Amino acid sequence: MKIVTICGAGIGSSGILKVNAERVLRKLGLDATVVAADIGSVREVAADAQVILTSAEFVEAIGKTFADVIIIQNFFDTTELTEKLEAALG
Amino acid sequence: MSLPPLPKSAIVIGATAADWRAAVTLAGDALASSGMARPGYSGEMIRMIEEHGPYVVIAPGLALAHARPGPDVIADGLSVVTLAEPVSFGHPYNDPVRVVLALAMATPGEHLAAVAAVANVFNDSDAITELAGATSAEEVQRIMNPQNS
Repeated sequence: MKIVTICGAGIGSSGILKVNAERVLRKLGLDATVVAADIGSVREVAADAQVILTSAEFVEAIGKTFADVIIIQNFFDTTELTEKLEAALG
Repeated sequence: MSLPPLPKSAIVIGATAADWRAAVTLAGDALASSGMARPGYSGEMIRMIEEHGPYVVIAPGLALAHARPGPDVIADGLSVVTLAEPVSFGHPYNDPVRVVLALAMATPGEHLAAVAAVANVFNDSDAITELAGATSAEEVQRIMNPQNS
């Protein structure tokens, strides 16, 4: 399974989401590759992804995709991440 | 997994900013005065927000401003600006912002360990409130880097 985290530059916020998503996945016992990327490369990077994690600002730019697009409000809230990832993957 | 350098010169306590652009500029200035970025980096961080929206407000009260690695970055580093009066970034959930972090990364691909260290600090949900209330640069350093104090 592949999860992509998206932000503007592909470094700051998408990196935080990647790190915290990996922590949550480990706790849930789920095996997935998490890749942080910038919005400019979303088509290429997320072509084979099941889930895209991002903030509300990027939903429109992500556009049509086969992946579930999940909006995260608080990037540090692992409870929010856990609930949303469980709902998408469970 | 260690935090990017956060020297005292990159910490501004109780700053006054008229709007989010002024707040991001203060955080960029703090990177510049610490020798981690050139003055143009503030403008790059502002352009990222103008282009993509206020997504840098990644948690209630906290903005993590950054641009891409590029010629305006001199070295990896972090700055912290706390605001006397919170400012709005126009974020749907996490406004108003009381603490602005600016992140400079010299090379792509090497940022994840640094970003993981930032995540470690703020996975403690009290960290933003503690930073907003900090009264000295030393206190900010201790909150951001507890293992070094």
